[in-house]
Amino acid sequence: MLKVENLHARINGKEILKGINLEVRPGEVHAIMGPNGSGKSTLSMVLAGNPTYEVTEGSVSFYDKDLLAMSPEIRSHEGLFLGFQYPVEIPGVSMVNFMRAAVNAKREYFGEGPMSATDFLKLMREKRAVVELDTKLASRSVNEGFSGGEKKRNEIFQMAVLEPRLSILDETDSGLDIDALRVVAEGVNKLKTENNATIVITHYQRLLDYIKPQFIHILYKGRIVMTGGPELALELEERGYDWIKQQVDAQENN
Amino acid sequence: MNALKQYIDLYKRHNDLVDGNSAGVLNALRPGALEALENMRLPAYGSENYETTDLEAILSPDYGVNIARVDIDVNPAATFHCGVPNLSTALFLNVNDIYAETERSHEGLPEGVYAGSLRRFATEYPEVAAKYYGACADIENPIVALDTLLAQDGVAVWVKKGVKVEKPLQIVNILQNGVPLMAVRRLLVIVEEGAEVTILGCDHTQNPDVEFLALQTVEMFVDKGSRLDYYDLEESTEKTSRLSSLYLRQGADSNVLIDGMTLYNGRTRNEYYCRFEGERGSLRLLGMGIEDRSRRLDTYTKVDHLHKECHTDELFKFVLDDEAVGAFAGLVHVVKGADKTEAYQSNRNIVGSDKARMFSKPQLEIYDDDVKCSHGAATGQLDETQVFYMRTRGIPEDTAKLLLKQAFMADVIDGVRMKGLKERLQLLVERRFAGHPLNCSSCHSACPQGEEGEEC
Repeated sequence: MLKVENLHARINGKEILKGINLEVRPGEVHAIMGPNGSGKSTLSMVLAGNPTYEVTEGSVSFYDKDLLAMSPEIRSHEGLFLGFQYPVEIPGVSMVNFMRAAVNAKREYFGEGPMSATDFLKLMREKRAVVELDTKLASRSVNEGFSGGEKKRNEIFQMAVLEPRLSILDETDSGLDIDALRVVAEGVNKLKTENNATIVITHYQRLLDYIKPQFIHILYKGRIVMTGGPELALELEERGYDWIKQQVDAQENN
Repeated sequence: MNALKQYIDLYKRHNDLVDGNSAGVLNALRPGALEALENMRLPAYGSENYETTDLEAILSPDYGVNIARVDIDVNPAATFHCGVPNLSTALFLNVNDIYAETERSHEGLPEGVYAGSLRRFATEYPEVAAKYYGACADIENPIVALDTLLAQDGVAVWVKKGVKVEKPLQIVNILQNGVPLMAVRRLLVIVEEGAEVTILGCDHTQNPDVEFLALQTVEMFVDKGSRLDYYDLEESTEKTSRLSSLYLRQGADSNVLIDGMTLYNGRTRNEYYCRFEGERGSLRLLGMGIEDRSRRLDTYTKVDHLHKECHTDELFKFVLDDEAVGAFAGLVHVVKGADKTEAYQSNRNIVGSDKARMFSKPQLEIYDDDVKCSHGAATGQLDETQVFYMRTRGIPEDTAKLLLKQAFMADVIDGVRMKGLKERLQLLVERRFAGHPLNCSSCHSACPQGEEGEEC
């Protein structure tokens, strides 16, 4: 479904991604790990279409369509979802209005009329249950005054509503305690089908105890420098990133 | 050439007409106004607090002034109604500056309230009128002087001691004429001790191609322990200029809300001069402006804290697009001895285009050392991170920006405490940002086949 080839991107003139290659097929779970500053979040932002990042080279196709040519909203309609590392607070915009605008925009894209109020409320209720999201949060402004855990649950709630084909979860585990981590991870697992795929960006092995990836990619200096199976994450947990850094840096010096 | 001259000449030529069609209390202040105007130089465009308002240019055109009180067709007034849902008001009209009543002017008002023509008020209660009329408006202010010179009628609201008026009073100011016209309006509000009242003013212009000038002076006396809510909503046209000057005097333990909302306009200057004349008064001063094209909105506020333990909460918000220009100059002045004053002033603005401009000047002048005061101004653009976040959820960029602009105004709208008005404002602001050419459009006059909501 997703094919990233030789992707280069920069922000404020600084090149962050220096040739990413990645292929994701339906039903797969990928984890992208790597030291701070390696470009993990940049990759997620570029895939989601953040206009502040500039793609300088390479291509990304999503179900054989040119993803990079699409606006962020079209990417969402086409089934791409980004769970933010830092979910954005939007004071004054209620969760309900926010979700209604999102749901109806997608329906419009596929030539359907707006969802009826009853159906919409039913959908909200159903999807809130996936991540045990408190009903009272629905009447509040988007992410405003939400705790760290509530914000991350809210991301997965939105994912549940939008039913994406590919979800990129950027450090969804950061700032979560063990219980919240479990709820969020179980939510992601409940939404997993053989037709959709997930890319999990994380620093730590612990999230991968819940969300089990088949592929682990190590991102370093804007490139995927190593790909392996689940055992690679365990090795990283034990040995850290230094051995990989040394390997890569040594190759560069040669 | 001094733009004031034509008005001075007009009055000198026709003072008999002006006086003859008015009342003694109003006439008594005209000589003083005339003297003030004859010695007055209009504040220059660009000078302090007039950075965005060119009084000379606004006053120069040859507007007609209906001093002879030529009857315009105010017949529809009797059956005029405001179709805003859940808004039940005692409704009065100013058609240009001719006062007119409707079937619903006095419905549901308790004893102890005078609400109606200022001229009649001044005739029936000359002593009360003389005590308050012109008592707090500054005659050296060009808007006040000109208004005092030429105002022949207006609206008076007098709520006697202890009377609580539950039904809001609504004054719909309609501008309608075939040729350029100046409407000289006056509002006098007296809320006696322990009384309560809510007033909503709505400005509408009927002829979009005609130039109008609405000149308005508002004087409000809110006695101790009383409450006044005053909403002033402008929905006029690009060819309408509005010069409004409001003077408020607040007694001890009084509670006042003033909310000035400009949804559609041409050139507007709104001035608010507020003063606490007793302890523990509370004032919420709110305002919003949505400006696009080449509209201009200039707001000046001054709040004088002369007594202890008074509380001011001031918030003005503007959204500017295209080539619109906005200005906010606000001064909170706390005298020595006004201990435990709490005064907060905030002006926040979104400038959405390269050519739109905002001038913001928040000021505090504090001569007491036992106060809590703050002021702040922020002018910026919509938050790109928020826009992007919404877009990743499939919300189109335009819709995202629309939601954010609405959200920006949410706290001003939340300040509205009049039933039916808050919901209406939410809708009006939403429509406004969505670029609907129609505004409130809920004013209806009777017509042969007229159904509610239909144009006729």
